[in-house]
Amino acid sequence: MSHDISPGIAPDPWQELKQFTPARIALGRTGISLPTRAFLDFQLAHALARDAVNSPLDFAKLEQRLILQGHQTLILQSRAENQSVYLQRPDLGRLLSASSLTCLQHSGAVPTDTVIVVADGLSSKAIEQHAEPFLSLLIPELKKIAYSLPPVCLVKHGRVAVGDGVAEHYSARLCIVLIGERPGLSSPDSMGIYFTYHARSGISTDADRNCISNIHKNGLSYLQALKILLFLIKASEKLQLSGVNLKDETTVQALS
Amino acid sequence: MYKTRISHLTYDFKTLRNLMAKATPARSGDYLAGVAAADNLERVAAQWVLADVPLKQFLNEALVPYEQDEVTRLIIDGHDNEAFAVISHLTVGDFRNWLLSVHATTAVLTALAPGLTPEMVAAVSKIMRIQDLILVAKKCRVITRFRNTIGLENRLSTRLQPNHPTDNPAGVAASLVDGLLYGCGDAVIGINPASDNLEATLRLLHMLDEVIEAYQIPTQSCVLAHVTTTLKAIAQGAPVDLVFQSIAGTQKANDSFGINLNLLNEAHLAALELGRGTLGDNCMYFETGQGSALSANAHHGLDQQTCEVRAYAVARQFKPLLVNTVVGFIGPEYLYDGKQIIRAGLEDHFCGKLLGLPMGCDVCYTNHAEADQDDMDMLLTQLAVAGGTFIMGVPGADDVMLNYQSTSFHDALYLRQVLGLRPAPEFEHWLQKHQIFNAENQLLPQREIPALFKASLKKLTEHGNES
Repeated sequence: MSHDISPGIAPDPWQELKQFTPARIALGRTGISLPTRAFLDFQLAHALARDAVNSPLDFAKLEQRLILQGHQTLILQSRAENQSVYLQRPDLGRLLSASSLTCLQHSGAVPTDTVIVVADGLSSKAIEQHAEPFLSLLIPELKKIAYSLPPVCLVKHGRVAVGDGVAEHYSARLCIVLIGERPGLSSPDSMGIYFTYHARSGISTDADRNCISNIHKNGLSYLQALKILLFLIKASEKLQLSGVNLKDETTVQALS
Repeated sequence: MYKTRISHLTYDFKTLRNLMAKATPARSGDYLAGVAAADNLERVAAQWVLADVPLKQFLNEALVPYEQDEVTRLIIDGHDNEAFAVISHLTVGDFRNWLLSVHATTAVLTALAPGLTPEMVAAVSKIMRIQDLILVAKKCRVITRFRNTIGLENRLSTRLQPNHPTDNPAGVAASLVDGLLYGCGDAVIGINPASDNLEATLRLLHMLDEVIEAYQIPTQSCVLAHVTTTLKAIAQGAPVDLVFQSIAGTQKANDSFGINLNLLNEAHLAALELGRGTLGDNCMYFETGQGSALSANAHHGLDQQTCEVRAYAVARQFKPLLVNTVVGFIGPEYLYDGKQIIRAGLEDHFCGKLLGLPMGCDVCYTNHAEADQDDMDMLLTQLAVAGGTFIMGVPGADDVMLNYQSTSFHDALYLRQVLGLRPAPEFEHWLQKHQIFNAENQLLPQREIPALFKASLKKLTEHGNES
């Protein structure tokens, strides 16, 4: 089975085309159906993607890793109390729970330049793998330009807009949200970064945000993502806005 | 007016809009919108009340105000009273009985289509089971033509969807060849471009035109860019076969897509002007999906299925070659699991067919929905039994650009084998001529790359990485 030359399998004679695309081409067939190996390959990829969505992120562990790197943290939660509600009620995932709001208030509210929010989103695996290493590159850069920064807020069951409430609480000019992206079969661990200038709860919309998508091992590297983000920060400070009117003019090599 | 008593409880549904939403089989999008029935009893109470509503009431009580919405105006102003006459005395419940009866033959249903409004069709679908949706849809016949004939009895067409994450021409070509050699592509060869810019669209349009021309394939191409991009491409003399656009069921939702009826009309006329169809002039390709109006916050308190069917009124205005409900793409906040996706796909197909549209379905799901390949097999099989016009053909069912799971070339062959469904006749002839299919439409074994593709594949392998 491992070489797909078991009886009845008809391999496709255009195997060499596979080099041009990540698509599942030249799978061969048994009768007109998928050979066992191709079927199980698919099941494996789907299982990885499903687990990325459904396995909860270990927030305590992530917090520990960040503290070890010298970053202060705060663990918060959205109004979506469980995964099923989170998936069906995006509106609740955009708001902080009552206890998290109290928790924020206790943490003080000195006006700051930027907030950093990390949300599990739709892939806990993405955040588990990429949040800490990326922040360890980003935070020193922010400190270099003397930006004030409250604790990194880690939000359970959070959507992108949950960052707006955090930014509002700290009267922050900039809001950076790291979030697990909707997993594809070939990228279960993709992280996205959303950047909003003057983010405010219930006021900021998708059109006000810039997105740096596809951060994973076969996608955008941490350094490429960092370069774009630093460009956006600088440009937004100048234009005093973000979103559709702020274009990313860095030239990051497209990945084919 | 919309009142009933069940189990010592009185249910009073204030408006027809409210009644329609409460009568809708459960789905997450209606809960998200806050319009769904509170419990099972309220839902069934609404269905009992809805069954007693005269069809004529839908002409008197607009669900989205006539003054505010051009889709409502299109529906009301375009309604054909003469065609409606045959059922104008019926209630929604009687209409269900009539549709399932021997009186509703293919010919009668075809003549009735212009007399139906989306709201009437949505209403009756809410009191139909899956087997009812299948039985009636199977009686409908909608035939369209561009370079082949789509929608004939016992035929099933496929859209070949050779998407690539960066629109790399060699990457697109690799999936394209794979699909053709699996007998796929008679509905359309349609690419979703990774970025909606004119350059990329032009490049892909020319590439598809060259392939169809070089191999004399009796099919049509489409690059699924925004209609304004396609209009620019036409202005630059690009070979546009079908104009694509995503559409929705309210003016406000269409606004959020950056379209309106005038713009669609302009695009339709521009494509007709090109006259690239050899057998017919159906030159539009529309995509829809339950939940699009809510996601644009433009649902006017309507349930998502009724909004969806209103989009079909927009579609039928422009005599499309194909209409595709991309049923599971939007995610679990609108259709939560396999059960909801399956029912929605069959509802959309039924409603579209009854309104006279060439309905196909992108049988699909995302990884955050509670669904898997087994659910897709159920919808795929049921859709084909219902006479679905076309499905997607994506290599291995995995779209590597849009990051969702659709149906594969193998899936189409499965339906051909178990249900005896043939491709469009002109395409069937081409497949047989090039020994991809045999005379019984079985895929022939390929021990080597067929002569037809040999030279160009050699070129591709030599130059692929440079392009």
